[in-house]
Amino acid sequence: MAANVGTVAELVGNNEQTILPEWVGLQKKSGSLQTGRITEGELLSQSRDFLHLLRDGLAKGGNDAANPAYGPARQLLGDISRSRALQGFSPRETATFVFSLKQPLFNALNRNTTLSPTQAAELTWSTTLLLDELGIYTLEVFQKSREEVIVRQQREIAELSTPVVKLWDGILALPLIGTLDSQRTQVVMENLLQTIVDTEAEIAIIDITGVPTVDTLTAQHLLKTVAAARLMGADCIISGIRPQIAQTMVHLGVELNVVSKATLADALAVALERTGRAVTRLKNSVSGSGAHAKLSEKGQ
Amino acid sequence: MSSERLDIRTSDDVVRVRQLTRTLALKAGLSLVDQTKVITAASELARNTLDYGGGGFVLAELIEGAGRHGVRLTFEDQGPGIQDVEVAMKDGFTSGKGMGLGLGGARRLSNEFFIHSKPGEGTKVTIARWK
Repeated sequence: MAANVGTVAELVGNNEQTILPEWVGLQKKSGSLQTGRITEGELLSQSRDFLHLLRDGLAKGGNDAANPAYGPARQLLGDISRSRALQGFSPRETATFVFSLKQPLFNALNRNTTLSPTQAAELTWSTTLLLDELGIYTLEVFQKSREEVIVRQQREIAELSTPVVKLWDGILALPLIGTLDSQRTQVVMENLLQTIVDTEAEIAIIDITGVPTVDTLTAQHLLKTVAAARLMGADCIISGIRPQIAQTMVHLGVELNVVSKATLADALAVALERTGRAVTRLKNSVSGSGAHAKLSEKGQ
Repeated sequence: MSSERLDIRTSDDVVRVRQLTRTLALKAGLSLVDQTKVITAASELARNTLDYGGGGFVLAELIEGAGRHGVRLTFEDQGPGIQDVEVAMKDGFTSGKGMGLGLGGARRLSNEFFIHSKPGEGTKVTIARWK
């Protein structure tokens, strides 16, 4: 039978002048340019490049998308997919690139009068399978790129949200924010323990004002952190326990065998006292101005 | 009333269960303390479903009765089930690495608590918190 995929390769080569504008037109119609993330020029050159690589693939690799002859075409699709994933395209917008090529390609097949209807139908089918395969590939790359973005952001969040703050000589504060799942707790523990070593801190205040829910797992993580800090010679104070959290913990039956305070300020006062310091108001201060406070050190 | 179903397959889903519970608790008009209680109970049970039940789902719904509103959550898994429910409910008992307070805690944090478990078939826990 004369009609093989080589015919399609030839067809694509000979009809580029009609296929390309039709294809780009369809992409524009489906809104590829609306968001302004890529220009018409970029879209045109991406489309033209892919069409050329597809023609080469068809000529050498037949309709088997896994054939090495499709390597360059896949490479290009991968690049386009990745850049679109990062630019914030939707999966639909990304997949449309390949899938919208079907219509102009099949139109060209149908216009070809040398093919019998059966041949045309056969070629349409095999080309459909090929383009489906390539379309799925773009989605896979798209998905993978998005996952990479998410993993990177997770790492960033994990690092950002666990700063250990020095409040005074020997006094550290660890303001916890958000969910305490086990992976982040690991980072929190490591940061705190390392900072205790680095600053020779005696007291670490763990503030949970920003933790919305304290369940038994969270409590267990907190207690482990406290225990580890204690082994390193630092005492922990847990602060920021809001009334609703306190009541819930009582019902839950969780006991934190640690000094705990309602606010970070209370915890700091305890920490200062324990390290032999106190905050006092200056005698000659303007009344009502709390800013004029003095830190007095007891002889140690 | 409409109910919402959420699969519990990963620890991220536990976070989602808490968020869903918070949304419903707000809709039901629960006080801040009651919200926190039901969210914490949901967190415990969702984690049990995941860690001990090998994953499952939760059915969350707003409920109404005698002129008041509330939230009802049903956790279901097809895991190994619980050998002795009475023992499992006791504080300090765990077959894993937890504190052993989850089930008993969830009961104390809820107005209604119902558990059904059969070894080899799975576990179903229903809790409700009323305004």
